[in-house]
Amino acid sequence: MTPLRDAFLSAAVALGLFGPMVGLVTTNGDRGLFLQVRPIATAVVVGLVFFGRLAILSWRGRTRADTYKTNRALAERIAHAGKFITPVLLLMAIALPFSGSRYYVDLGTLVLTYIMLGWGLNIVVGLAGLLDLGYVAFYAVGAYSYALLATTYDLGFWTCLPLAGLLAGFAGVMLGFPVLRLRGDYLAIVTLAFGEIIRVVLINWVSLTNGPNGITGIPRPTLFGLRFSMDGGDGTFAGFFDIEPATIQRVIFLYYVILGLALLTNWVSLRLRRMPLGRAWEALREDEVACRSLGINVRNTKLTAFGMGAMFGGFAGAFFATRQAFISPESFTFIESATVLAIVVLGGMGSQLGVALAAIVMVGGLEALRDFLSFLGGQMNSEVFSGIASELPLYRMLIFGLALVVMMVLRPRGLVSGRTPTVALTAAKEIAPELVAQGRG
Amino acid sequence: MLAVSSLTMRFGGLKAVDELSFEARAGDITAVIGPNGAGKTTVFNCITGFYRPAAGSITLTHRGGETFPLHHMPGHRIAATAKVARTFQNIRLFAGMTVLENLLVAQHNTMMAATGFGVLAVLGLGRYRAAEAAGIEKARFWLDAIGQTTRADEPAGALPYGAQRRLEIARAMCIDPVLLCLDEPAAGLNPRESEELNQLLLRIRNLGCSLLLIEHDMGVVMRISDHIVVLDHGKKISDGTPAEVRADPAVIAAYLGEGEEDEVPA
Repeated sequence: MTPLRDAFLSAAVALGLFGPMVGLVTTNGDRGLFLQVRPIATAVVVGLVFFGRLAILSWRGRTRADTYKTNRALAERIAHAGKFITPVLLLMAIALPFSGSRYYVDLGTLVLTYIMLGWGLNIVVGLAGLLDLGYVAFYAVGAYSYALLATTYDLGFWTCLPLAGLLAGFAGVMLGFPVLRLRGDYLAIVTLAFGEIIRVVLINWVSLTNGPNGITGIPRPTLFGLRFSMDGGDGTFAGFFDIEPATIQRVIFLYYVILGLALLTNWVSLRLRRMPLGRAWEALREDEVACRSLGINVRNTKLTAFGMGAMFGGFAGAFFATRQAFISPESFTFIESATVLAIVVLGGMGSQLGVALAAIVMVGGLEALRDFLSFLGGQMNSEVFSGIASELPLYRMLIFGLALVVMMVLRPRGLVSGRTPTVALTAAKEIAPELVAQGRG
Repeated sequence: MLAVSSLTMRFGGLKAVDELSFEARAGDITAVIGPNGAGKTTVFNCITGFYRPAAGSITLTHRGGETFPLHHMPGHRIAATAKVARTFQNIRLFAGMTVLENLLVAQHNTMMAATGFGVLAVLGLGRYRAAEAAGIEKARFWLDAIGQTTRADEPAGALPYGAQRRLEIARAMCIDPVLLCLDEPAAGLNPRESEELNQLLLRIRNLGCSLLLIEHDMGVVMRISDHIVVLDHGKKISDGTPAEVRADPAVIAAYLGEGEEDEVPA
């Protein structure tokens, strides 16, 4: 089939699909609902499909050498680029609050929370190859542990943080015991169910968790005992440094707390990867039977991965609780697990840099896309576009989904998909993604 | 050193191994041979803890005199404390890890003991650094033994087939086994590789490790084994030195088939 004919066919399919979906819209008129026809909007979408298909076909015609060698070269190049990207990203992360914009610092805090969750889940999914669809359970355990400890026993954030992590890690080990006998899809289903069970328990155990109303008045963290309150008196940050109290000070402090926590997660997982434990996790992902034949206690090794991932999820949860000062079961739905898992898979399983990039794209990029679409809608003030312009921001998730599909076609193993060896006799060389197993539980 | 007595393994109604008894002596290369479906791999899986036998016992005795009842030890403990290592019929390497990493994973238990429950090593304290250096040194010894030192940083999955076979043996040796069980190590090797394998196995035996091997390649079996056990339909039909086994009419019958007039109705 010639590319042109193929593109025409695709456009025809798009016309059939989008004709009713985009072209027809019901509007409130003088005498009830009436049907409005939007030929231009339909034409734009169909045209996009036509030219998009044409572009894909011509691009594919030229590069058709998707072999082991080119992939390995690409992995090498990405790893090389990673050496430059990492410090640049780190510097940007440290410098971000100096922009002084509350919006950016808030967004940065959100992105860093997801980066930390991604790095935590990366231990379970990326290194040990255990597909966990209920990671949000440990996030919730961490958040509720902190909230309950702090509101009931009047403990501070820094005392509760390790406790929240420990409790979440303990929850991970407890859940892991029965669950880790299962493999692959079955493990995924059961972890998914556990994630939901935790949420349902939080909703229904009203005497402990206050049910769907959530917990309010969770204390904020302090900087070596200095509170961030607006009165500016003794024992507050502003009072101690003799500056004007402002909310932004607390926002920036929270940003640096999550940056520190995320970097701690990263450091621990990078260190562990070079230790026998981390190597055993990766070996489990590669071949569980072989591990057993080498005397590795498969169950305990899986449990450590589960517990370690859960612990970092718990830290992130405690941070979430202190940042929001209010938590309710609504914050811990399956969509959170799915987002974090998507970040890990999109980033490239097992790659720390990939996870960070994916979190920036998934969380920050989605936000940027909303701004961009609103801006675009504002620019299109002519009569013909009036129908689409106001709805443009609503297409955000559609565009995002499309981007994910394109990503999965072009780089099915994630953004940074090569594997860096943990030890080398002479010089470490990147391992092409084809050879690396993805784990089957 | 390894005593298998009245070992029975059932899969549903099928008796894959039926009242099998044999012994493997310390310092010997013992071969288990037999036609396809004779139950050789099942015996191996029972010895290495992948199957739990229905009846019978498997006892391993170390040179020091300690005995290990392999038939009711958990699988990973058989490798970790009883020191029985194995390879697989279909190679099971960690394909996405380098050759060196494969050899280090095999030393997991000794290296893990030096990390202080992981905490000290993560903080950079304790004696982990020395343990890792020792681990790499041992890996280097086995890399030299299989002639793959130059490929140490290649992914194991990218090695040629013969090298993968030998790497799997080297990896098993990294747990310091007293008994090494090899499931068809010569399968798919060309004559030159098969000769290299023979040399490697003899060298392992001379280092003091006993070997138990399943093999179809009679060239390998007859040349290097000290003792041969022949199985057919889950039962032992012959047991002895290569020369004795070769002359045993029961073995010839099992391999070449019997004349029609001799056939016994089953």
